[in-house]
Amino acid sequence: MATVTAPSLTVKDFKSEVHNDWCPGCGDFGIVTALQMALAKLQLAPHQVVVVSGIGCSGKTPHYMHTYGFHTLHGRVMPSVTGLKLANHKLTVIGVGGDGDAYGIGAGHFVNGGRRNLDITYLVFNNDVYALTKGQASPTIKKGMKTKSMSEASIMEALNPVALGLACGYTFVARGYALDVKHLAELIAQGIRHRGSALIDIFQTCPTYNDLHTKTWYEGKDKSQSRLLKLEETDYDPVVHHPSDSGEVSRKKAQALLKSEEDSERLPIGVFFKMEVPTYEEYLRQKGVLSEEPQATLDTIFRRDIQPLLDALA
Amino acid sequence: MPGASFSWMIGGPQGSGINLGAEILAKALSRLGYSVFGNIEYHSNIKGKHSYYRLRVADFSVRSHLDEVHLLAALDEETLLGDLYHEFPAHRGHVERVAAGGGILLEPEMVERVKERLGNREVKLCPIPYSEMVGKALTQAGKGGQAHEYRIMNNTAALGASAGLMGIPFEPVAEVIMSGFGGKARRVGETNVNCARFGYEYAQKEFKGLAFRPTPRPQRASSDKQIMLKGYQAVGMAKLRAGCGVQTYYPISPATDESVYLEEHQNKYNLVVLQTEDEVSAVDAAVMAAHGGVRAATSTSGPGFALMPEGLGFAAMTEAPGPVVCLYQRGGPSTGLPTRHEQGDLRFALHAGQGDIPRMVLAPGDLSECFYDTFDAFNYADRYQLPVILLLDKHLATQYGSLPAFDMSGLRIDRGELFDPAQGNGDYYRYRFTQSGISPRAIPGQEGTIFWTTSDEHDQVGHITEGIGNRLTMMSKRMKKMALVEAEIPETKKLTLVGRDDAPVLVLSWGSTKGAILDALARFDPDHKRTSFLQIRLLHPFPAQRVAWLLKRAAKVLCVESNYSCQLASLVREKTGIEVHHRVHKYDGHPFSEDEIVAGLEAAQQGAGEEILLSEGKVVGPTYGREQVEALVELREKFGRMAPPLVPLPPGYNR
Repeated sequence: MATVTAPSLTVKDFKSEVHNDWCPGCGDFGIVTALQMALAKLQLAPHQVVVVSGIGCSGKTPHYMHTYGFHTLHGRVMPSVTGLKLANHKLTVIGVGGDGDAYGIGAGHFVNGGRRNLDITYLVFNNDVYALTKGQASPTIKKGMKTKSMSEASIMEALNPVALGLACGYTFVARGYALDVKHLAELIAQGIRHRGSALIDIFQTCPTYNDLHTKTWYEGKDKSQSRLLKLEETDYDPVVHHPSDSGEVSRKKAQALLKSEEDSERLPIGVFFKMEVPTYEEYLRQKGVLSEEPQATLDTIFRRDIQPLLDALA
Repeated sequence: MPGASFSWMIGGPQGSGINLGAEILAKALSRLGYSVFGNIEYHSNIKGKHSYYRLRVADFSVRSHLDEVHLLAALDEETLLGDLYHEFPAHRGHVERVAAGGGILLEPEMVERVKERLGNREVKLCPIPYSEMVGKALTQAGKGGQAHEYRIMNNTAALGASAGLMGIPFEPVAEVIMSGFGGKARRVGETNVNCARFGYEYAQKEFKGLAFRPTPRPQRASSDKQIMLKGYQAVGMAKLRAGCGVQTYYPISPATDESVYLEEHQNKYNLVVLQTEDEVSAVDAAVMAAHGGVRAATSTSGPGFALMPEGLGFAAMTEAPGPVVCLYQRGGPSTGLPTRHEQGDLRFALHAGQGDIPRMVLAPGDLSECFYDTFDAFNYADRYQLPVILLLDKHLATQYGSLPAFDMSGLRIDRGELFDPAQGNGDYYRYRFTQSGISPRAIPGQEGTIFWTTSDEHDQVGHITEGIGNRLTMMSKRMKKMALVEAEIPETKKLTLVGRDDAPVLVLSWGSTKGAILDALARFDPDHKRTSFLQIRLLHPFPAQRVAWLLKRAAKVLCVESNYSCQLASLVREKTGIEVHHRVHKYDGHPFSEDEIVAGLEAAQQGAGEEILLSEGKVVGPTYGREQVEALVELREKFGRMAPPLVPLPPGYNR
């Protein structure tokens, strides 16, 4: 996480001037606002933050942010944040991508990125469809479901992002809801503050192609009918208090896994799992590979003496 | 005089340590002041399959191997007679490669069968009971009676005996062995030295009169001081020297050695070596590391490069300063020949990626160019903000040669145009339109230079746009960097001409063929009276004008390369309109030998056709392969099926 500057930044400081071309009513608006709120809350200097996206509607997010922005390739969010973070571990690096990007085309990267546990935050905009190509089924759509954009119901099992995140080793696993911006902003702030790889899967409405999981479907006609259950309003404790206690780690993971399978009546949102252990970059620091100074600004790198290597070959 | 070099080979099952023995011998010979060239051939297998290592030694410069062997050290029967236990044997062993008057070191029980194969050929058989040498050395170390368990040490005995037969002093061999065993391992080193010494003494006592030996060297002069290294080490050292900050890779032969080498040194040099989940990730992480401000590189082979075009396009589209992509070619297509040599990816490197993208493709031809070209590649990546591909191959990666230590005095780091916010006028645009096509770079984390970048077509700020005027301008801004590259890079780095520029015969080539061609010319036309050699080092952008000028001056042009379709010849035709007279090529998975290039030159001289195909030391016809398959089956039927080789197990796993 980057250093904190004078407390004067507001949401506006994180907004770019680029015209937003998402569909009216898109859940993505809630996510980008929540991200801006989180950065303002954490008072991070915009030039020390990098937002890295994949391809699709969510891929346009960096253009709407006044931070450094990289709109990369479909599915390659994780490799991209990894390379960037290793080049400069002092940057606050936030990956953003869709559910198809993260769990479909980028699944291999998603899995291994979690194992690495770099200090990054990954927001997945999960709307069950590939929206920018007009609504084909994504890896998170439930078996038997058919949105208005699909010609047939899905005959494949849906992937459980929270369970997958846990299995891959993400040390902070949470779920948010795009249209509860305040709640999501708080989750994102926690994710950024978390020392390690934070996964936040976000239920995102797609008013154009997903007519099943609409605002009304999630929230009900009034609050009493809402499908969403905030974990922090229950007695659920996601935190591993003693990461060296393997028993506690297993219990907390199992608990989170069970919780992630609860989706019949109420859908839990909030933090499912949180554990602070040394990050990838901390291990590299311990090994002497990384210095305090980021690789990108380390001058000594250009004055390496390779004579000992040559001498060994004589 | 050229030709009087000494050719040695050791063969044995993979896992028997032939590479260790060969490299000890090579280093000892180098310390004695000889020019040494070594190369290994091995299977995609961990233990058991046949591997062999060749060394060529001379008191003049040697840069390639000979097909002929003067001394063969065999650790097993397959090395001698072939894999006659397969339904379709892959090779006939190496006894037939041994020159008349040459010698073979072998275990006594193999003598009869080898004699049968040799018939009346004059080859000196030198039976040596390796296990006795190993046993004696172990007894001295208090481990008597364990020779069978320590069969892995047979190669040390063979190495000692080889040194004895070559007539070189033993001391440098002992020194090199000991240099591999420091501290507590000293005693293990001493046991190995003893084992080698027993082999050495046995050979000197028992075998006399080998017709070939390395020319004796006078006292080593201090100016002879040279290093022995492999191509992947030269590339790795250049990366360290150039200030590479992040290297990514996914394990793949024959590229992995370089990344593993760098990993071994990463703590000392602040180099992050990242092993990724695949090559898609490897290239993207490297692209983003370059955007992040470090010099970044990735190393792979053909199958891995096949996953990288997407990332290359991303790098070029977003004008990342790199990465440097080291493509170690191997036998294709598809998985192909994972551990064998080929130069089959020239066209692939030139065209990988959708759309038109700026890129550079360099092809170093020898160990020293591996170092200097890799160093330069980082300067080009930073200066022109594009991906730079280094075309290497298995032959360059694993060849082991002697050369003078690198001269580093002329190396300068050029990070290209960087944006200085203090001197900036108004807003910073990452993709500002400029005369040269290069927009000054900034890096994330820097204050006052927030920028956006996207793989979509974009405007000067880095935001998506599909505007026609912008598209035209941005596309030409990216692509005109290629003209800048052409104008700025000195000709000496684009190509090398050896010999006169008006010789009637011109040998044209690229990459690792250089050594064999230079050696062949030293034999075929030592004073370059009739024959010159043109090596193309910068393949993209292609130095078309100069190449065309040179080709037009030659009455006959031979284009030499290790691939099926003669990719350089077609590139030359594309860029210059000139059709070469002879396409001299080889695609059997093995690098050119000096003998083969000579055979190709002679064939051209004698009026051969446009295509000259080489394999196993000679010009061959289209049916050669099929004839070999049939001949091998016949051989197996004649001599009977052999038992498959016995793989030595590590001590403690006796059987």
